[in-house]
Amino acid sequence: MEENRTSKMSIVLFSGTVDKLMAVSTLATGAAAMGQEVDVFLTFWGLQAFRKDQIYTNQKFSSEFAEYAEAAAQAMQAKGVKHWLETLKAAQEIGDVHVRACSMTMELFGWKLEDFDPIVEDITGVATFVESARTGEITLFI
Amino acid sequence: MTDLKIDKEIDARGSFCPGPLLELIRGVKSVQVGQTLEVLSSDPGSNRDIPAWIQKAKQEFVGAYPEAGYTRFVVRKVH
Repeated sequence: MEENRTSKMSIVLFSGTVDKLMAVSTLATGAAAMGQEVDVFLTFWGLQAFRKDQIYTNQKFSSEFAEYAEAAAQAMQAKGVKHWLETLKAAQEIGDVHVRACSMTMELFGWKLEDFDPIVEDITGVATFVESARTGEITLFI
Repeated sequence: MTDLKIDKEIDARGSFCPGPLLELIRGVKSVQVGQTLEVLSSDPGSNRDIPAWIQKAKQEFVGAYPEAGYTRFVVRKVH
């Protein structure tokens, strides 16, 4: 019954704030660099962040650190920190990284796959994600 | 260090984690087997990340040479 686990990082990206998007893109890059497959399941605000009309205008920060949002945004700009999507694309360039959209969120908000950056390759259900995560080694909810 | 031949140098100073590691990975892809690559990084995370990647990727870690405010990482592509 016990199947071989695969070297894989499975991430549920629920949040759509820039700080957490940066965390996910950085983790995905580290995992891809170290030879792990990466599965990112985008749901709710995490999926919204990948909408073409919001990717580069979104400046939301985690609400519990809202008072630092402006200072953080300024520091990132001053120091030339790469945009999270650019980092995620770099992860895809060096490794096996898949980004998929939650079908329930899509239907709830009436979104279409073409509303998103093309890095979002497909629409999937939660069962597929869970099945995929079950055989992996690392699962994160962010 | 003085007599070490460097075939390609990438200056990743000022780039944040995981930027320098990404540059190193791209650099290793771009050079020929047997060539050496040097990456300059000011990211303190590189001190552990870069040797860890080189080991995982089974390339040859030539060395890390600290300079003022950054480190030179040298890797030889062996396969």
